Amino acid sequence: MTKDKLSRRDFLVSAAKVLAAGVVAPAGGLAAAQAVLAEGKNAIQEMPVQQLWAGKEWGFVVDTQKCIGCARCVKACKLENKVPLDEEVFRTWVERYLVFTDDAGDEEVRTDSPNGGLDFKQLDVAPDKQFFVPKLCNQCHNPPCVQVCPVGATYRTGDGVVLVDRKRCIGCRYCIQACPYGARFLHPVLKVADKCTWCYHRISHGMQPACVEVCPVGARKFGNLLDSNSQVAVLKKKARIRVLKPDMGTKPNVYYIDLDEVVE
Amino acid sequence: MGGYVFPNEIHVNWGLFIVLYPYITGLVAGAFIVSSLYHVFGVSDLKPVSRLSLVSALAFLFGAPVPLLLHLGQPLRAFNIMFTPHLTSAMAGFGYIYSFYMIICLLEAWFMFRKDLVIFSQKKKGFAKRFYSLLTLGAKDISPEALHTDHKVVSVLAVVGIPSACFLHGYVGFIFGSIKANPWWSTPLMPVIFLLSAIVSGIALQILVYSVSCKVRKVEIDIPCLVAMNKYLWTFLIFATTLELLEILHMGYEGKSEWDMVRGLITQGIPVSYLGVQMGLGILTPLVLLPFGRAKRRSDGVKKTLTVACGILVLIGVLAMRFNVVIGGQLISKSMAGYAQFHWTLLSDEGVIPTLGILAFPVVMTLVLVRILPPWLEERKVQIADSKVTPLSARWELKGSGK
Ligand code: SF4
Ligand code: SF4
Repeated sequence: MTKDKLSRRDFLVSAAKVLAAGVVAPAGGLAAAQAVLAEGKNAIQEMPVQQLWAGKEWGFVVDTQKCIGCARCVKACKLENKVPLDEEVFRTWVERYLVFTDDAGDEEVRTDSPNGGLDFKQLDVAPDKQFFVPKLCNQCHNPPCVQVCPVGATYRTGDGVVLVDRKRCIGCRYCIQACPYGARFLHPVLKVADKCTWCYHRISHGMQPACVEVCPVGARKFGNLLDSNSQVAVLKKKARIRVLKPDMGTKPNVYYIDLDEVVE
Repeated sequence: MGGYVFPNEIHVNWGLFIVLYPYITGLVAGAFIVSSLYHVFGVSDLKPVSRLSLVSALAFLFGAPVPLLLHLGQPLRAFNIMFTPHLTSAMAGFGYIYSFYMIICLLEAWFMFRKDLVIFSQKKKGFAKRFYSLLTLGAKDISPEALHTDHKVVSVLAVVGIPSACFLHGYVGFIFGSIKANPWWSTPLMPVIFLLSAIVSGIALQILVYSVSCKVRKVEIDIPCLVAMNKYLWTFLIFATTLELLEILHMGYEGKSEWDMVRGLITQGIPVSYLGVQMGLGILTPLVLLPFGRAKRRSDGVKKTLTVACGILVLIGVLAMRFNVVIGGQLISKSMAGYAQFHWTLLSDEGVIPTLGILAFPVVMTLVLVRILPPWLEERKVQIADSKVTPLSARWELKGSGK
């Protein structure tokens, strides 16, 4: 195969477009982004990965104070990534935590995520504390799912996203066992491992992941951690953040603002 | 039970087929070790089962990859595990370790049975003659010197085979033991626990295969042989149990945060299969009964009944142990706040019927293989008597190929 290297000028042009899309998309310019996508697609697909990855380390911040549990992200994700809507498998889901404290001060935590958060029922009792926690693949720096894959079908990209090569995966599901976060599942139709990719097909074109794009309250934030002005880089530096299950040594790359300690 | 389970964990991903995988490999490793006890360690009481156990180890070895293959989402890509192995993955070793072990077993069986193959190729007629001729691979020299070499090679292969068998099964334990995300699996003891329970199940299998074969062939069971197996079963059962208990007591005593989940699993999730079948039926009962099954005062009938019954109990217990590890481990949600449900199905989703079918496969293979390679000693003596084997080798044969 002869892979035409991009000329410097081509690259600058497409980089500018990508940059433009990155700025426009969060502001709701989906159509504009799509236009860039249509035009710039080949340029990006043919770009050597080193070039595509250069200067990028994607990061994700979840603000648990903001999430209202509407689960639009869950639905958008399923539609965007063609995950069957009627199957109980999720690349992202929203958990609801209800904490009741009795007079003796003992806490009871009730957690649920019916149909990934798409089917929350109304409450009949008021808890003392309640909040929602969106979950997704943590794109760990030290991912056990990658470690255990017997054929190397699952791998980490240079810009910090863990992906599954659908042409190589043998569907052994070892990675599903190894992920401490329940982020993986066997795709019910394709019979290969599947998980959140932070919408790699979108972010490579400078767009935002679908869930980030549809969140009405900005509870999900996505960007380049290497760009010190990006929202995620600033939040990671300044906000009080926590990652999930730090003791697992997985070094997650999803950072939670104001995460309650009951969340695993 | 109940509580909060991550949405992706509602379906148990590794089903009954994956329960069979460590079970069948364990039987292979155990059967091989029984065979080696005679060939390598010279436990002459076990002579009547030494060839039989190698043949059944081989038969079960053929069956071991079947459940794995059928479990894969993409079975056609199975060989990628050998073509493009990912070296940090414990599972990637499967193809190589399995193949290596298969080669050892095949070679050992070939050298062990070569003389029989040659004799068959001379005495049988028609297709059988050609078939056995083919199996000899043209090596038809059964002079005493040649047989002596065969015998030496068998000993060497048996010696190499023991660590390989241990590795084959210890490695299966590592597949589970190395999953840090799962508190019920993650322990460095797992490979050893798997290995010991494998040996235990392999001995139990030989007790069963041997007694059934005697029954079918209407020959007397060799009581010293049965008693020897009884003794080994009991000894290894003690080691296996010690480690299993050590693991759980240690976890409970430390009482780290995951202990609550493990305790809940044992007491509410799998109490019947764990406390009842694995511990009660599979360990405690045989531990108590086996010594009675070999006591000098007992009649042969009692010895047979008790030993065989314990063999069956142990086989069931170890199967339950595999179930409790594989399925039990997946019931603990990684949310550490609830338990998934395991749904028994008959046909679909690795149901009970196909599972039993897969389990029957190595049994059928054993039946086929003992037809092709009859491991029975009595018939062998007859053959030796009326074949043109030189007296020296006959003497060696009758003394046993062990020393
Ligand atoms: S969250 Fe799970 S699936 Fe995602 S990278 Fe980490 S271990 Fe892998
Ligand atoms: S299911 Fe696929 S991606 Fe996961 S470990 Fe197996 S081969 Fe690798």
